[in-house]
Amino acid sequence: MTNPDEKQSPIILQGRVVRAGKAEGEALVSPEPISFLGGVDPETGVILDPNHALHGVSIADKILVFPHGKGSTVGSYTILRLARNGVAPRAMINAESEAITAVGAIIADIPMVDLIDIRQIETGDWVRVEDGRVEVRKKKPA
Amino acid sequence: MTSDLKLTPQEIALLEGAEGPGVQRAMEIVVTLGRIYGAPDLVPVGHVQIAGVSYKNLGDAGVAFLHEWAEEGARVRVPTTLNPAGMEMDRWQEMGFDPAFAQPQIDAIMAFVKMGVKPTLSCTPYLFPDDAPARGEHLAWAESSAVVWANSVVGAYTNREGGPSALAAAIVGRTARYGYHLPENRLATHIVDIRCPVRTIADFGALSYMVGKRVGAGVPWFADLADWLPPLPNDFTQGGDAGDRLKTLGAGLAAYGAVALYHVAGYTPEARDQGEALIRPNAQRIVIDSLDEGYAIMDADPDVTEIDLVTIGCPHASLSELRYIAQRLQGQKLATRLWVTTGRITRARAEQAGWVQIIEEAGGEVVADTCAVVAPVRSLGVRTMATNAGKMANYAPMHSGVKMRFGDIDRCLDAAITGRWK
Repeated sequence: MTNPDEKQSPIILQGRVVRAGKAEGEALVSPEPISFLGGVDPETGVILDPNHALHGVSIADKILVFPHGKGSTVGSYTILRLARNGVAPRAMINAESEAITAVGAIIADIPMVDLIDIRQIETGDWVRVEDGRVEVRKKKPA
Repeated sequence: MTSDLKLTPQEIALLEGAEGPGVQRAMEIVVTLGRIYGAPDLVPVGHVQIAGVSYKNLGDAGVAFLHEWAEEGARVRVPTTLNPAGMEMDRWQEMGFDPAFAQPQIDAIMAFVKMGVKPTLSCTPYLFPDDAPARGEHLAWAESSAVVWANSVVGAYTNREGGPSALAAAIVGRTARYGYHLPENRLATHIVDIRCPVRTIADFGALSYMVGKRVGAGVPWFADLADWLPPLPNDFTQGGDAGDRLKTLGAGLAAYGAVALYHVAGYTPEARDQGEALIRPNAQRIVIDSLDEGYAIMDADPDVTEIDLVTIGCPHASLSELRYIAQRLQGQKLATRLWVTTGRITRARAEQAGWVQIIEEAGGEVVADTCAVVAPVRSLGVRTMATNAGKMANYAPMHSGVKMRFGDIDRCLDAAITGRWK
């Protein structure tokens, strides 16, 4: 787990609250939309879709950053199942949200914000979400 | 970030918890969707159809959540009906379903019933006399094939709701006014010209695939499809020759594209009233001069001749389909398993007419509450299927890993009688 570099001044992004709440953790950035029903294992949080850029990666305990959801609307229940199984993301950040992910965040009590320029966030950055405000501390260069 | 969504004092009270946490959560869902999609306000709905009923998709967490929502005081405020489940509720044991699947499925439905939802367990609420929508009515419907019917055939207004968002709308009696609730989003994006015969229900299924693939989430305007359709009946709850064709057309358009609304020139209600003013100026033109492409996709396993299960009723069979099947099977003995899947309300009406008994005497089953897409048919030993339903033809192989033959209803019933596809 990357530790936050508290001395570094964070990038502040302001978006729209989808589900109010506070969370912080390591960013996992998906460059492409995520289909939750069938695309994410509700028992483990691992992305199952073999054609997805993050195939085999777990979204558990991450700040999950992705453009928006896609696929079946039943995917909202997949997000709920992830939360109840303890393998949900700590928060979700979208470029522009849609019904599947937004409803999933509400029924699963996962803080969520959208209308964020997600190109400013990279996998491994330390991200803090508080309602519509997103703080990004860049990971140290390798 | 400010939002322009206007709420009434009563709506604000629900959002702040005046009627408890269950109603508050429902209002939060409806309001959040309104803000995401830029709705000006909320609109009262007259009816709700809920999806997300199958235990396979809900999981234990989903079933527990539904019970908690009911415990928190969530109750529906408008007539609300339920999509099919993974099995027939009263006969799952004799039909061979595993109790490990059946028990949580029953639990899920009990939670909906506790909230006041009618367990119709059907994808065709528009065939039920107490639930059929009216022209101009706002709805929150979550079954994509029913959404297309309501918008197109009836001229009601609904978006393609998700399972939880439809339930939330029922609990607060409102949905956000965006998408297909607004007239400007009901204009046609594509003009479809048909240059080949479109006669049987299977033909309409093949057409639905070809048009759905081409228009995606657009709104097709069928310029000349009325030439191939019998007149629209006054009572849609019978199905009828026109209804049965439109039922399969809408289901396929929704499944193979993401269509929520189509118009047929001179035929569907909005097209009759508004004519070509309903077509966007930049609408794209699509010409269909053969249905071969659709048949090739749906009848994907032409080597299969031995059929384990013939299935009719996707969307759920109408009264007119049950009558036709009964007439064809009168005095016959079936060589293979036949499922006619329908809603329990339609089955009860068909029983009164004596049609269910005729089908059962021939050895067929009139199955309520489920269908061969959502039921775990492989666990019942089914490996090959035949259907006349365009949506089923592609969904069942995908969901259940079976092989499929596709053709018109007479060919399907002949396969049930002989056990072989000819």
